[in-house]
Amino acid sequence: MEPKPRLLQILDVLTAIMFVVAVGMVFFYAPLERTMGQVQRVFYFHVATAWVGMLGFLVAAIVGVIYLIRKERRWDIAGLAAIEISLVFFFITIVSGSIWARPSWGTWWTWDPRLTTATIVELVYAAYMMLRAGIEDPDRRARFGAVYAILGFLSVPLTFLSIRLLRTIHPVVIGGENAEGEGSFNMEPAMLQTFLFSLLVFSFIFVDLFWHRVRLGRLADKVEQLRLKMIH
Amino acid sequence: MTEHTAHLARVPGPLRLFWRALKAIIWKDLAAELRSRELLSAMLVFSLLVLLIFNFALELDAKTRSTVTAGVLWVTFAFAGTLGLNRSMATEKDRGCLDGLLLAPVDRSAIYFGKASGNLVFMFIVEAIVLPVYSLLYNTNLLYPGLLLVILLGSIGYVAVGTLLASMAVQTRTRDVLLPILLFPLVIPVMIAAVKASTGFLEGIAMVDIRPWLNLLVVYDIIFVAVAFMVFDFVVEE
Repeated sequence: MEPKPRLLQILDVLTAIMFVVAVGMVFFYAPLERTMGQVQRVFYFHVATAWVGMLGFLVAAIVGVIYLIRKERRWDIAGLAAIEISLVFFFITIVSGSIWARPSWGTWWTWDPRLTTATIVELVYAAYMMLRAGIEDPDRRARFGAVYAILGFLSVPLTFLSIRLLRTIHPVVIGGENAEGEGSFNMEPAMLQTFLFSLLVFSFIFVDLFWHRVRLGRLADKVEQLRLKMIH
Repeated sequence: MTEHTAHLARVPGPLRLFWRALKAIIWKDLAAELRSRELLSAMLVFSLLVLLIFNFALELDAKTRSTVTAGVLWVTFAFAGTLGLNRSMATEKDRGCLDGLLLAPVDRSAIYFGKASGNLVFMFIVEAIVLPVYSLLYNTNLLYPGLLLVILLGSIGYVAVGTLLASMAVQTRTRDVLLPILLFPLVIPVMIAAVKASTGFLEGIAMVDIRPWLNLLVVYDIIFVAVAFMVFDFVVEE
């Protein structure tokens, strides 16, 4: 195993510091929202984790296409890494959304388009993990994984659209025209700064974790190949 | 000169070859089914059982039926559909037929479209029996042209994705269990749109309100038939 690259070490430290700063900004810099109070502070990380989730699923679909063209193992490792990270972050989004929904909508869960779509997306990628778990041959696992990552990502907008055609109460805070959304608010400059910084921090977290996970994937790959060599 | 052109005419073009392969695969599936009848009978009995269970689970009296009929029908089709898809691919895999098909000098996409068309035919047959049976049992008329259009579009989308995923699922360790888990989250747009559009036609809602759902079905069909056609090669290659 090659030693941890210098750049990755720097990125680790930088990400950790930025995360602490972001937490500080959320609690001390961003002003208190008038109607919802403290619970609104969940918004910053709620959207940031959702962003990381969708980013990872997009990355997985793109490297899936590249894998099918090039057939190189590293693209498969990257795809799996992206989906694993995004599954966790998307789950955090759903949970933090639930925490926000309880005081502002008065319920832990509603069958709103975004909530429902988020759950279905989570299920699509859970199915992806189960598909991979059921295949021993590494090449086939990589091919099927790539195909399913592409199909899954294509179905997401259609799923969202189909549920959107029913009415929504989820607030559209950025660039939204959904004035009926319950629990929506206008962002103050300090709020906007905190929000954008959170997005940046979580992007860094994604890159950092992704890098670690790809290294781990490469190692796991090596172990698997050694194991196969032992058997044969 | 005439001899030369006559010779050319006898060599089939790539499109003709494609059609011929497609027809041969569909015919193979239908002929095998005609002789064994194991797939269709399983799908049919299963869908009637599902209807029966719904009858007791939902207390399908006249008032409930007006709102849930479309949902009951589509859940029945979806469940029976997975049964058929699984079986149709499992027979290919178990008896080594898939390898034979792949060895045949035909375009791989012809294999995909052939299998998908065969599955679609089975799906239509099941639907063609379930619909009148439901109409008869509950003394309602379900044979609206609009509903038939929705069933056509919905089945195409369902089978397009289902055939691709079934050919993936049979190559895994957990095969039968895996297909619905892979398939259902991806066909949710089809299910929602089909149920909504069907309810719309059954309740006589204005066409303006049904059209978005029909558009969604058409878009889904086009996207997923195209994508499945493109990636099928990667699913069956060894």
